[in-house]
Amino acid sequence: MIDLHGYGPRLFEGAMITIQLGVLSLALAIVLGLLTASAKMSRSWVAHRIGTLYTTIIRGVPDLVLMMLLFFGGQIGINQITDALYNHFGIDIFINVNEFVAGVLTIGLIFGAYMGETFRGAFLAVDSGQIEAGRAYGMNQWLVFRRIRFPQMMRHAIPGLSNNWMVLLKTTALVSVIGLSDMVRVAAEASKATREPFTFMIIVAAIYLLIASVSEWGFARLQKRYNVGYREAD
Amino acid sequence: MDALMTWLEARLADNSIFTLQTLGYYGEGLVTTVQLVFLSLIIGLVLAVPLAIGRGSTYRWVSLPIFLYCYVFRGTPLLVQLYLIYYGVVFVEGIQETWLWVILEEPFVPALIAFTLNTAAYTTEIFRGAIKSTDRGEIEAARAYGMSKGLMLRRIVLPSAFRRALPAYGNEVIFMLHASAIASVVTIMDLTGAARFVYARFYAPFDAFLFVAAIYLCLTFAILYLFRYLERRLLAHLKPASG
Repeated sequence: MIDLHGYGPRLFEGAMITIQLGVLSLALAIVLGLLTASAKMSRSWVAHRIGTLYTTIIRGVPDLVLMMLLFFGGQIGINQITDALYNHFGIDIFINVNEFVAGVLTIGLIFGAYMGETFRGAFLAVDSGQIEAGRAYGMNQWLVFRRIRFPQMMRHAIPGLSNNWMVLLKTTALVSVIGLSDMVRVAAEASKATREPFTFMIIVAAIYLLIASVSEWGFARLQKRYNVGYREAD
Repeated sequence: MDALMTWLEARLADNSIFTLQTLGYYGEGLVTTVQLVFLSLIIGLVLAVPLAIGRGSTYRWVSLPIFLYCYVFRGTPLLVQLYLIYYGVVFVEGIQETWLWVILEEPFVPALIAFTLNTAAYTTEIFRGAIKSTDRGEIEAARAYGMSKGLMLRRIVLPSAFRRALPAYGNEVIFMLHASAIASVVTIMDLTGAARFVYARFYAPFDAFLFVAAIYLCLTFAILYLFRYLERRLLAHLKPASG
């Protein structure tokens, strides 16, 4: 058996943190992505500009730099705000930036930009006749979104969504740099302490491959579900 | 040059963070980042061409190992690959006594190896997709001319595949530029490393990281426009007739 020098439980906890981080940031990224896609397709000039600025800047800067900016800068920024609140209004609060929350917010913010592009393409692929038909039935905009646009958009969005998730999963490794004990950090510490880098890094790599394979299977099932009503070409 | 320096010095006179010295760190960081990205992309490209051809081979003992290599390197984070190679090299028994240590002592070499292997795996998949989408008619025509497999590959398949791979390869170049920020984790003073140093010294995260973010943004746009230009030149025949 492989000797983990007692790092087994911590490695398992680290893997759990990686998975939680990945799923929570994915959820945030999907919400931000839907908002960005709507902003970029909106008739409002301001919303369009904001959406474009957001996606351009986020996709032009390395994830690690954004993560450090938001993590190291976030605490100072929040302190300045709470100081100002105290000085001007006498409100005394202290907010401590938690690494996990900072990680979820940064990764969610980064991938919201990528998701925005995916969703925008997918929304544009929905036949406009479908939307007109929904309106003709007297559905309001939200109902049209929920019953018609969203389910049909998802069919086109899933390949991109699956791709983004795979990249997001690998990006979670970067939180180990800002001090979160995910499995990469545990493995790096264990490598240094035991001088057996291959054992720990290969286990971590295998866990990433396992998560990727399982999610690939999940996305294939999801794709099948949203493809109901469309025969695949033989 | 001296005039420029004095001008710059006058500009920076009342700036406590961005002095000539810290700008020097950023400058050196820029050189390191560009070297690291450029070298790994070039070596990765050279490796990827034969790998992409081998990946489509009908012999399983050729295609299967290449498939596994791509699967593993594309499915795991670059940071894990970097740690594996960086620590792996350092902790090999007795390596400190051999001549190899002279080149491996600098973290630059392990980082270069990790980046090269990573980008080669992605580029292999890009080329493989481009080779696979070669028009059947072109291959049939080449066969009809009596070309051998090698000649067909060299004259027909690869030139058009390279062109088709261009947009995806442009994305890969930008991806590598962004991924290279990870090098700062193993104590390399690249652009991000310089920013981390300035942050730690002045405790000024906004100045340090926003400045470096702006440099990366400029580099990204430069690569983007270079590839747009190349696409316009090399993919002109694929454009719709009326633009």
